[in-house]
Amino acid sequence: MSYDVSKFESPTGSSSYGLMAEFDSAQELMDAAHKTHEAGYKKIDAYSPFPIEGLAETIGFEKNRVSLVVLIGGLIGALTAYSLQYWVAVITYPTNVGGRPYHSWPSFIIITFELTILFGGLSAVIGMLGLNGLPMPYHPVFNVAEFAKATDNKFFLVVFSSDPNYDAARTRSFLSSLSPRMVAEVPS
Amino acid sequence: MATDTQIPVADRRVPVIAPGHTFSTITAKITNIVLKRPVSLGWIFGFLIVFGMMNMLMMALGYLFIKGTGIWGINIPIGWGFAIVNFVWWIGIGHAGTLISAILALLRQTWRNSINRFAEAMTLFAVACAGIFPLVHTGRPWLAYWLFPYPNTMRYWPNFRSPLVWDVFAVSTYLTISLVFWFIGLIPDLATLRDRTENPVLQKVFGLLAMGWRGSARHWHRYESAYLLLAGLATPLVLSVHTVVSFDFAVAIVPGWHTTIFPPYFVAGAIYSGFAMVLCLAIPIRSIYGLKDFITERHLENAAKVMLATGLIVAYGYFMEAFMGWYSGSQFDSFLLWNRLHGPYKLWYFALLACNIFIPQVLWLRKFRVSTGWLWLISFVVLVGMWLERFIIVIVSLTRDFVNSSFGMYYPTKWDWMTFAGTIGMFLTFMWLFVRVLPMISIFELRTLLPEAHVHEDAAEEVKP
Repeated sequence: MSYDVSKFESPTGSSSYGLMAEFDSAQELMDAAHKTHEAGYKKIDAYSPFPIEGLAETIGFEKNRVSLVVLIGGLIGALTAYSLQYWVAVITYPTNVGGRPYHSWPSFIIITFELTILFGGLSAVIGMLGLNGLPMPYHPVFNVAEFAKATDNKFFLVVFSSDPNYDAARTRSFLSSLSPRMVAEVPS
Repeated sequence: MATDTQIPVADRRVPVIAPGHTFSTITAKITNIVLKRPVSLGWIFGFLIVFGMMNMLMMALGYLFIKGTGIWGINIPIGWGFAIVNFVWWIGIGHAGTLISAILALLRQTWRNSINRFAEAMTLFAVACAGIFPLVHTGRPWLAYWLFPYPNTMRYWPNFRSPLVWDVFAVSTYLTISLVFWFIGLIPDLATLRDRTENPVLQKVFGLLAMGWRGSARHWHRYESAYLLLAGLATPLVLSVHTVVSFDFAVAIVPGWHTTIFPPYFVAGAIYSGFAMVLCLAIPIRSIYGLKDFITERHLENAAKVMLATGLIVAYGYFMEAFMGWYSGSQFDSFLLWNRLHGPYKLWYFALLACNIFIPQVLWLRKFRVSTGWLWLISFVVLVGMWLERFIIVIVSLTRDFVNSSFGMYYPTKWDWMTFAGTIGMFLTFMWLFVRVLPMISIFELRTLLPEAHVHEDAAEEVKP
C-alpha cells in the first residue's frame, strides 16, 4: 500500500510556509520586527517567550476584539440572570415571602452581578482562545527544531510566504541583514 | 526621551528576584522541579500521610451518607455546626489566590508574579474543600441540584430572595472563574513544558493542555487583554464572595449575626486567613524546592504586612461588635457580648482574641516579618484564630439566642473532627501533587521581571531612510 505524497502538498504548489529568523534578545526581535514591517512585509509574525510591550503593534496588529467579546458576554450574563429571576419570581412561580413584592429587585442584584462576572469571564477566555485560533494542535512553525526555544529564551520572526513581497531568495537575504542567529525555511 | 530615573530604595529592601538570573535559568529552575527532580522519600512519606487523611474524609462522608447528619454534633437549636464553620473557614482561605492574582495585578505589584500560581492553586483546592460542606450539610446531597434553577416536573423554582441561593451562585461563579483564571495563566507555561520534556507521553499531555500555544505577538496581545479583563472581573468577584457568605448570617435575625459590619469584616478576615495559608505553604516550599531566589524575603515581608493590615480590620470588627453590644441598648446584643466573655465558650473566645488580635501584633517588628520560623508560626496561629472566629460566630450565637427555653450546647463528634481533618488532608494531597506535576511559579511572568524583558521602540527609528 502506498500513498501519493503529492496529495498532501498545498494547492498552490509551494511547500514553504515562510522564512524564520532567530534572535537572542527581546530588543533585537523588536528592532528586526520594526525593520521588516518598514521594508514592506505585512504578513509577518513575531514569537517570544513572554509578552513584549508594543511588539504586536510593531508588526501591524490593531484589531483586538477581546474586550468587545467580554462586554457582550457580560451584558448577556446580566440580562440572563435578571430576566430569569423576574420570570421565576413574578410570572411562573410567584411566592409571597414575608410580604415582599414579587418584583423585589434589590434581592435580584446579587445573582445578576455574579452571572455578569461568570459570563464575562468565560467570554474572556473563550474569546481570547477563539480569536487566537486555539486550540491548534498543528502549526508549521513547530517544524523548525530551534522553535522549541520560543517558549524558553529565544525570539523568532517569521515572514509568511503568502506575503505579496515574499521571494525566497530576496527575503532570506533581507532577514540575514538583520543579524539573526540563523534563518531557516519553515516547511508547510 | 525617557530618562532612566531610578527610584531610590532603602538598602535593606530585598529584590523580588535574586540577581544573576537569565531567561533560561528561570525556565530551567522551575521546569526541572516538574520534569527532572526525582521523587524523594520525604515526598512519598508526606504524601502517604495526607492521602491517608483524605481517605479518612471519604470514610466520614461514606458513613454520613449511610446514617445521615445525626452522626454529627448538630442539634436544635444548633443546626449549623462544623459544616458551616469549616465552609466559611475554607472559602476565606480561598480568597488569597484571587486577591494576589487579580487585585495585585491591577495595582501592578510585580512581586505577586512569583507567588500567584500556587496561591491560585491553593484557592482552587480550598474552594473545593469548602464546597463539600454545604453539599453534605443539606442532608441529602444527591438532591443538591435542586438549588439550581432548572425546569422540572415539580414545576418548582428556587427562591431568589434567599441568601442561601445567592451563595450557590457566588461560590460556583468563584470556583469557575478561579479555575479559568488559573488555567489561562498556565497555558504559556504548559507550552514551555511541552517544548522541554523529552518524554513522548508528557509531550502529548502538555501539548494537549497548551492547546498549541506558540507565543505569537498577536496571541500575547489578546492574551494580555483577556488576562487584564479577567483580573478586572475577578476583583469585584473576590470581594463579593465573602460578602455573600456573610449575608447568610447578616440577613438572619440571630444576635451576633444581624449586623451591617459583616460584609467588610468577613472579607478582611478572608484575606487575613488566605495570606496566612499562603505563608504557611510558601515558607516550607521555597526551602524544600530551592526557590529562595524567586520567593524572596521581600515576598514574605509583604505578605506579612498584608496580614497585619487585614488583621487590624478584623480587630476593628471585633471591637465594633462589642461596642454595638453595649451602645445598641438591645438586651439580646448585650447578652451576646456577656455570653462570649463569660459563657460556656469563653475560653474559645479568649483564644480567638489571642490568635487573631494580640499575637499577630508582633508583625510590627521587622525581625518577625523576615524570620521564616516565626512568620510560619504566626501564620499558623492566625489560621487557628480564623477558624475559632467562625466557630464563635456560628456556634455561640446559636446556642443562646432569644428564649432561655431554647438554649443549648454544641459538642462536635469524632465524625465532625474526622471530616474537618479530612478536608485538610484533601487540600494537602492536591497541593502535594500540584507542586510535582505543574510549574508552581509562573515562568513567563517571572521572565518579564528581568531587565532584559523591557524593550524600547526608539532604537528602530534610525532605519528610516
